[in-house]
Amino acid sequence: MNEASPPSGRVVKAPESFLSREGIRAVFAEGRKGRRDFIRSAFAAAVAGAAAPAAMGQSNPVPVEGGDPNILELPAHSTGLGQGVATDGYGKPSKYESNVQRRQSPGLTQTTQSSVSFAPLQSLFGIITPSGLHFERHHQGWWDVDPSKHRLMVNGSDPKLLKTPMVFTMDELMRLPMVSRFHFIECGANTGMEWGNVAVPTVQYSHGMISCSEFTGVPLKVVLDLCGVDYKKARYVLGEGADGSSMTRTIPMEMVESGEVLLAYGQNGEMLRPENGYPLRLVVPGVQGVSWVKYLRRIEVGDKPWATKDEAIHYIDLMPDGKHRQYSSIQECKSVVTTPSGGQVLLDKGFYNISGLAWSGRGKVTKVDVSVDGGRSWRPARLENPVLSKCLTRFNLDWVWDGRPALVQSRATDETGYVQPTFRQLRAVRGTRSIYHNNAIQTWLVQDSGEVKNVQLS
Amino acid sequence: MSSSLKPLWVALAGALVAVAAGAQTMVVTGIGRPATPKEIAAWDIDVRPDFKGLPKGSGSVAKGMDLWEAKCAACHGVFGEANEVFSPLVGGTTKDDVKSGRVARLTDAAFPGRTTLMKVATVSTLWDYIYRAMPWNAPKSLKPDEVYALTAYLLNLGHVLPDDYVLSDANIAQVQQRMPNRLGMTTQHGLWPGRTMGNGGTPDVRAVACMSNCATEPTVASYLPDHARNAHGNLAEQNRMVGAQHGADTTRAPGATGAAAPTAPAPQAAGSASTQALARRLNCLTCHGLDSKVVGPGLREVATKYAGRGDAADYLAKKILSGGSGVWGSVPMPPQSIPAADANALAQWIAHGAKP
Repeated sequence: MNEASPPSGRVVKAPESFLSREGIRAVFAEGRKGRRDFIRSAFAAAVAGAAAPAAMGQSNPVPVEGGDPNILELPAHSTGLGQGVATDGYGKPSKYESNVQRRQSPGLTQTTQSSVSFAPLQSLFGIITPSGLHFERHHQGWWDVDPSKHRLMVNGSDPKLLKTPMVFTMDELMRLPMVSRFHFIECGANTGMEWGNVAVPTVQYSHGMISCSEFTGVPLKVVLDLCGVDYKKARYVLGEGADGSSMTRTIPMEMVESGEVLLAYGQNGEMLRPENGYPLRLVVPGVQGVSWVKYLRRIEVGDKPWATKDEAIHYIDLMPDGKHRQYSSIQECKSVVTTPSGGQVLLDKGFYNISGLAWSGRGKVTKVDVSVDGGRSWRPARLENPVLSKCLTRFNLDWVWDGRPALVQSRATDETGYVQPTFRQLRAVRGTRSIYHNNAIQTWLVQDSGEVKNVQLS
Repeated sequence: MSSSLKPLWVALAGALVAVAAGAQTMVVTGIGRPATPKEIAAWDIDVRPDFKGLPKGSGSVAKGMDLWEAKCAACHGVFGEANEVFSPLVGGTTKDDVKSGRVARLTDAAFPGRTTLMKVATVSTLWDYIYRAMPWNAPKSLKPDEVYALTAYLLNLGHVLPDDYVLSDANIAQVQQRMPNRLGMTTQHGLWPGRTMGNGGTPDVRAVACMSNCATEPTVASYLPDHARNAHGNLAEQNRMVGAQHGADTTRAPGATGAAAPTAPAPQAAGSASTQALARRLNCLTCHGLDSKVVGPGLREVATKYAGRGDAADYLAKKILSGGSGVWGSVPMPPQSIPAADANALAQWIAHGAKP
């Protein structure tokens, strides 16, 4: 407890004791001085309290002194001279926001270079992930690559699959026709720790391997056209990174032909961050993050898939019959309530805004329903604009918490009609050992103490 | 683009591309140049399941064992069994699996973990990955013959190849027919976003959006036990200090918290935090945990061992730069080629308890 911080405890007062003994004394003292207006306003507030006891701001009571020192005593920033422009050439968040960090999940990995950090979804608004909070997944450490020395090569598994293998500089790629699009990127293993049972406490660790940005770049199709690719024969594309792991993944030519696969250099108005593949990465909308190859150095077109390490040993989904699903790529429709969520505490009974994120790798989210009774009844949430294809969609819903335990869930539907399943429905088909592509409905238990817990129902 | 390359563009006339720019159609010219055969050879290192891209060469199990112990065992264990840094590569496969092409233990939910050899269906995958990304801290340093040898040794550890085997480009297709899980993959699912594989995108789970009086799963079947409450750190420090909800103070028992007070971020000693970052950046923490052994000893174990020595920091700085073995176990610590100033900073930090 930090004694210097403003009061925000669970102070629940009955209307009749709206004014404390000291407060009553203050009121009468003011009254004796002839301050009739003071008394009138004090009792007006007390009456309003009687009408709506639960919704009153009990977490912000009137202090004994008759006013909030944060109002009565003018702070330095109201009475002094502030700082000048360009104090920091690249501005940073407020120092009071330093709890908002991407984090590793303790014990998940033994190294930091082959590891993951999770985005703090519980603290984010809207749909865009600030670039410095974007989740990270590195397989062999990240690099800050000199863009003037970075090259993209395009060639074929067989020379006959394209007219000319080519090499491009960043200068050249950035001259090509430019598009900017909003898309989510989700790791195939997001929520993977929760297949069998609850394993982590907060939405940061359960769902934080997702982020959403505005990406800017050139459609890969433009570059493949320049190379004269034979689209009849070359039905597969390999992306390869320039880092130590030289990540490789197979993607289908259909997605390239649709124009949605980008060679991206821009992210949220600036260049990609080094942790996210600076200066060049693939953007493969709707497909799991491992296919969005970072530090992209080479594109190979081919007539067969490659069965690379991350599509033959990892990122394969074990089914109950002992077979692995290979080349599973699409991130199916999914949603999660981000506030209130696990590890948080509701400050009081009364009004809350339930807020969360929904997305689908198959297109737009058309509907999000929210339940506070563990799935017995559902109400449609408000979808905030913009609602874009293969992009995060923010949803909100009004809720008055009555102080009793509540099981909060969200369920998204996408434009194909696909409805996000429950854990039971998902496990009935896939068992509990497939690690990847867990898009089950998430449940948060709001306990009567106000503390929220990650739970699974059955 | 240099003027000497201009004649090439005459030959490339067929590669001109028309792109739609608004209502107009323009032609992209003068961007990119042909890749030279030398450049393609330098970067095009991938190997497909049909062995397209596989360089010629060979390597024996015996050679692979020597290489393994020098370059791989520190992370993967002498027998590929390590679970300290990375998941085990070997184990869980049988001679019957080699015959059937399906790893029986993948249907056994009680079998702990899944090794690489239990999962991988294609020998090309092992070859390609070792060649492009191993060893972990020096990727792309192995020659093709060394990759053949290491692949042979790995498969020998898994009882897929005999001790006297020499793997080569000539016989690797036969080895593919011995891979224990070679028939263990399926593409019959709806998660491939193309038409050439899979079931055309049909989802495997069909849910319905019931709105009222829905069947529920009424029991809370799983939640974190109270003793794991603080396992991810104090959640009060992982939430914004203002907002509709605050983070729960998980350093205290449940119920004792009430609503958490706004929690300012934990103060950090700038000096030690930056040395820990240095240790991370220089990959010390890959092999050394802060508290406990990973491959080498935990840094605080080191601090404890040398706590009585006045020259502990100097001694440790020398050890960092020159390497050593035998003090903590048989796995040697290689000499670190880092600036002496960094070694001194790290040694000071370790000697003083590697405090965060």
